[in-house]
Amino acid sequence: MSEQHYHDPGNVTNPEHAEHHIVTPAQYAMVYVTLLICTALTVLAATFDLGVFNPIIALAIACFKGVIVILFFMHVKYQSNLIKMTVGAGFFTFLVLITMTLSDYISRAWGLW
Amino acid sequence: MDSAIATTQEHEAGEHEHVFVPQHRHHFETEEQQREAGSFGMWLFLLTEIMFFGGMFFAYLLYRNWYYDAFVAASNQLNVKLGAANTAILITSGFFMALGVWAAEVRKKKLLVIYLILTTIFGFAFLGIKYFEYKEKYELHHIPGASFDVSQFENPAAYGLKEQPLAPDMAQKTQIFFFLYFAMTGMHALHMIIGLGLLFWLLARAQRGEFTAGYVAPIENFGLYWHFVDIVWIFLFPLLYLINRHPLK
Repeated sequence: MSEQHYHDPGNVTNPEHAEHHIVTPAQYAMVYVTLLICTALTVLAATFDLGVFNPIIALAIACFKGVIVILFFMHVKYQSNLIKMTVGAGFFTFLVLITMTLSDYISRAWGLW
Repeated sequence: MDSAIATTQEHEAGEHEHVFVPQHRHHFETEEQQREAGSFGMWLFLLTEIMFFGGMFFAYLLYRNWYYDAFVAASNQLNVKLGAANTAILITSGFFMALGVWAAEVRKKKLLVIYLILTTIFGFAFLGIKYFEYKEKYELHHIPGASFDVSQFENPAAYGLKEQPLAPDMAQKTQIFFFLYFAMTGMHALHMIIGLGLLFWLLARAQRGEFTAGYVAPIENFGLYWHFVDIVWIFLFPLLYLINRHPLK
């Protein structure tokens, strides 16, 4: 590969290393307005009888809001891959725990309903 | 020993730039590395918080499926307007916190202080509304325990409520909803109280100009915490307040 094989304990020459990025107030304002609109939407959606889709829509809107807060307010979009992986791994582990525990509860009275 | 360190530093000097800033701890190679290590640590803490709240969210999910009718009846006793207002207030608080991080990054001390004050004010507004919501539940005997009153759920018509009456055993299960409501919103409120305490401390330091000379990490990491608390509420609001609102219309 390259001949420039120099000492780099700080890992500053790693191409994956994220540039320090400052999110602008305009971007924050966009996210803020989106969050407010989504809050209104979730209240509105709850007033309609959509059957099983009521909680699905409510959770979908909440997840969307959560994701844009994480990406922009919490700057994850502009962070290094290490931070992105950490955040993703955390939510993934949480989903695994929910799924495993739920499958336990669901299967306890299997066939008895 | 001293000379050995001196030689190492001389040796590395040509390889990458060393900018010495007062907040830079000597065990980090670069300030950027220090910053990323800080964010990484903060995120690990927040992941433990996800697990902490996650246990309660899971309990909610399970009991909601088991005692759905009780959850609907109890949830409909919460005030959607106050809940939605609180969501907007908390998002606004988070927005000002985000602007605070920006102000610190671009080294505007006055703006940073103003944004931190606004974050604090909206944080207190949230807790103020929460206080009135809790007070109403206290007056209606909807706090689970010995003095919990199920009559509103067994005979809603007597209270002028357009709800389906619940059988006595199911009506008792509304206590589980209210237990989870107080546990989840209570832990959320506790996080906000801790956050507001930290905000006063950060405000005092921001006033001294500590965060507007290139050292943004405490503001940024506190921002991560504050936004995390926001996210918890973003999920709590629809799950607790909006389970089944349409029959009321």
